[in-house]
Amino acid sequence: MGGAVVMPSRRRLAWGKRAGLIAGGAIVGLVLLVAILAPWITPHDPFAQALDNRLSVPFWMEGAKPGHLLGTDGLGRDYLSRLIYGARISMLIGLLTVVTSGIIGTTLGVLGGFFGGRVDDAVLFAITCRLAIPVVLVALAVVGLLGSSLTLVILVLGLLLWDRFAVVARSTTMQVRNLDYVAAAWAAGMSTPAILVKEILPNIASHLAVVATLEVALAILLEAALSFLGLGVPPPLPSWGLMIAEGKDYMFFSPWVIWIPGIALFVLVFGINLLGDGLRDLLGAGDTR
Amino acid sequence: MLRFALRRFVVALLVALTVMVLSFMLTRLSGDLAISIAGASATQADVEIIRKAYGLDRPLVLQFLEWIGRAALGDFGESFFFKARTADLIKERMPITLTLGLTGLILALLVSIPLGILAAVRENTWVDRLVQVIAMVGQAMPSFWLGLILMITLGLQLGWLPISGTGGPEHYVMPGIVLAFSAIPALTRLTRAGMIQALGSDYIRTARAKGLSRLSILGKHALRNAAIPVVSIAAVQLGFMLGGSIVIETVFALHGVGFLAWESISKNDFPVVQAVVLVLALIYIALTMAADLLNALLDPRLRAA
Repeated sequence: MGGAVVMPSRRRLAWGKRAGLIAGGAIVGLVLLVAILAPWITPHDPFAQALDNRLSVPFWMEGAKPGHLLGTDGLGRDYLSRLIYGARISMLIGLLTVVTSGIIGTTLGVLGGFFGGRVDDAVLFAITCRLAIPVVLVALAVVGLLGSSLTLVILVLGLLLWDRFAVVARSTTMQVRNLDYVAAAWAAGMSTPAILVKEILPNIASHLAVVATLEVALAILLEAALSFLGLGVPPPLPSWGLMIAEGKDYMFFSPWVIWIPGIALFVLVFGINLLGDGLRDLLGAGDTR
Repeated sequence: MLRFALRRFVVALLVALTVMVLSFMLTRLSGDLAISIAGASATQADVEIIRKAYGLDRPLVLQFLEWIGRAALGDFGESFFFKARTADLIKERMPITLTLGLTGLILALLVSIPLGILAAVRENTWVDRLVQVIAMVGQAMPSFWLGLILMITLGLQLGWLPISGTGGPEHYVMPGIVLAFSAIPALTRLTRAGMIQALGSDYIRTARAKGLSRLSILGKHALRNAAIPVVSIAAVQLGFMLGGSIVIETVFALHGVGFLAWESISKNDFPVVQAVVLVLALIYIALTMAADLLNALLDPRLRAA
């Protein structure tokens, strides 16, 4: 240590964090835009097969066909078009899952944190039980039993991924509960539900926003893993995980078929995490990991 | 301490019971088990025979009590597909999954402890920032995809390691690396946070004032204190890793418990699925309880909780 503590250079720190926030926001914004505009910007029908044009290579390789920027897959479907529609599926699953899990987790956490005592014991117990359940295994089993569909994947992940919302909502509610304005609301004769919704929720919202971003990333990764194992989004939907699974058969001779969707997945999740971390610092939401 | 331990044990037992109920209900989700077992070509009479044979015609509560009673004795029934006792199947495959989990955990610790220390010592510099970016890369990496990429590069192009399958130690290297990636972010951040806290404390200032060497301060004093939370999180991470190994074992065709679970799920082999969920959950519960007890033993302040 040499005794000298290296003082942070504030400007560089601020710059680094802001850069992360901007980069993350840009990535997420771009993917969101692409997902929304998918029908208008895809060069081809993502489901149209062309068996005479299978595994056409992407533009940077020799022998690329001009109409297919990222080549075609094993069934001759345009890879760029499938990638664009895949962004739609990832975003849809990420957002809807988090809405579901956010409602469950926030409700439990706020109730536990606000009322304490027996209620809190029950909430803590629910969180402990939830953490003991292996997520991927149970999600796979449920989809395997009931048959794969987009709705089921969203529902299963939503019902499994509420733990972090509950933990953070609980601890932040405990902090907020004893503050002056809540006491003032009590004194003013506000009802308990009104206090929860009007006083507590807005004050823990920034923490929940950070959790939500990080959970979107987790949900997207899990969906891709489920789809990769054949128990997620059913074919012929172009989920990125499913694209990697389909490309697996060709990966030793045409590695780009798994590089492309994999990089897309990585960049999106990385971007969401950057955004979440940036938000944490921006909103001063403390450690919500 | 004894009271704390007892209380913690009761909670663990209740959690285990709840998970048992859940994993039992999980397999009844599909509606009629007998129809699923009989298969698509079965007649109504076949379904009825199976319903009787597996005791599926009795009330659910009775079925559950029987299952739980047998499970407590280590009997998870017969596998439909493998025609073997489920408990034997799991016992046979568990060493592979445990080896993989421990390999992953050791690799993760080897990477994250030095990285975390480095980031803490150089807090708020570009080194610290870089370490955090590395952690974030690990967090964003799709494990199954990383597995495939390693298979292409280390396996096919460089030919250093076997591409897939079960066998000697070399078969655990690539899956171990992939599994380690999932634990590195959390362990690195925790080591960093623990070290920063330890380095800012009074006893480190005292040690510095005494003129102890930098290495002795870092290794003997700061690390020892930062290690407590890392050890307990490492136990929890091992639990998560065993649960998450299903994806990696499937990618690498490593025939552990995770692969067994995947096979059984695709074959509608309910007794096995049920048992694997339960066993992995019980291991997790045991690991977290051990971590909590260890923490309480080392830090008396935690016992009040």
